[in-house]
Amino acid sequence: MPRLLVLAGTRKGLFVLEADRRRAKWRMEGPHFLGQAVHHAVLDPRDRRTLLAAVKAGHLGPTVFRSQDFGRTWEESARPPAFPKAAEGERGDTVDHVFWLTPAHASEPGRWYAGTSPQGLFVSGDAGRHWESVAGFNRHPDRRKWIGDTQDAPPDGATLHSINVDPNNPRHLYIGMSTGGVFESRDGGESWSPLNKGVAADFLPDPDAPYGHDPHCLRVHPLSGDVFQQNHCGIYRLDRVRSRWERIGRAMPIEIGDIGFPLALHPRDPKTMWVFPMDGGTVWPRTPIGGKPAVFRTRDAGASWERQDRGLPPAQGWFTVKRQALVADALKPAGVYFGTTGGEVWASFDEGARWHCLVLHLPQIHSLETALAD
Amino acid sequence: MKVLLPTVLAHYTRGVREVDARGATLAEVFAELDRRFPGLRFRVIDEQGAVRPHIKVFVNRVQERSLDAALAPADEVLVVAALSGG
Repeated sequence: MPRLLVLAGTRKGLFVLEADRRRAKWRMEGPHFLGQAVHHAVLDPRDRRTLLAAVKAGHLGPTVFRSQDFGRTWEESARPPAFPKAAEGERGDTVDHVFWLTPAHASEPGRWYAGTSPQGLFVSGDAGRHWESVAGFNRHPDRRKWIGDTQDAPPDGATLHSINVDPNNPRHLYIGMSTGGVFESRDGGESWSPLNKGVAADFLPDPDAPYGHDPHCLRVHPLSGDVFQQNHCGIYRLDRVRSRWERIGRAMPIEIGDIGFPLALHPRDPKTMWVFPMDGGTVWPRTPIGGKPAVFRTRDAGASWERQDRGLPPAQGWFTVKRQALVADALKPAGVYFGTTGGEVWASFDEGARWHCLVLHLPQIHSLETALAD
Repeated sequence: MKVLLPTVLAHYTRGVREVDARGATLAEVFAELDRRFPGLRFRVIDEQGAVRPHIKVFVNRVQERSLDAALAPADEVLVVAALSGG
């Protein structure tokens, strides 16, 4: 019977939670890479075997490890993501850490994308062994303008994240940058355009700025291709015909608002998704509103939202859920999982109706991913 | 020459922290180390050719910032990786 895996990338290593398809009993193994930051770990859904992990140890250079045996053994990339060496007299970028990993389209086995901090895009054609700079983005003449400078970056560094592939077109790519905004390419990464019309950017003087926005998490539905984002300034759905974002977070309860980091899509129903709102008032505490953690679900693409907090701490819950740490599995009914900055993994096996704490006391959780493994 | 490595790099050398290497410059020494221990160089030197922040390289106990620094066969190279933060 296939196994369900939940991969938890943390500030101090990778942990793997495992259950059978009934999700009744769980066990955890790890840590892998103890003491090293694992920003993202992803099992390739195309072969259900290749596992990649973005790893960085202290001040050492960043790298990617790969495993073909679910972490029993690891092999380091022979050529990790790295920017091209700059010409004499020019300023070159250096990858601080690999932040995001995305398997390419189902029709392109072995092809992966990686996003880094600072904002860079890389591609591998051999399942993570060697990585190449995507020149169409990394050397784009406007890239410096798009990404801003270090003064614009979040405390942990500006990232290129949320790499998504249109399920209907392998060459149609979406990326998110914090900061920078959402961009898309329709030619496999050779050329890029900003995709931020309709998105608020309260921190920019121009309300219609073409770029410079702060998408926290962008998701493309794996079946329909519908596009959603949880932004620094609200929750949005992309009107693909007009290439304009509509703020579906306006339908959230006014006392909750629509600020948050992560967003998770239902594996089958493109109108169902989950968000984890946080306090974006005053000095941006980035904690559950009032210390009462709650997931919110929509089943109508954002026209309405329902609070889902049964089983979660009723009060004094002050953790944060980061942009990579809210995901769904592919089972029926869909399981939903989130990891906290306090090192807890919470799960719902009924699409958010009731929550259970699977694990306590892990390091700060950067990311969760689910996967089915044979 | 003798090259002393920090524990954070020891998994590249199967736990050995003192290795012998050849090279007329630090750049050549790290190139040779990377041939023998693939991946080690990039953990210490970034893609622009600079020693990474919080990592220091000493030649005969004197900090050396340039990878072009000339070396003699009897020199000793020490690589130190600072650990900081909680």
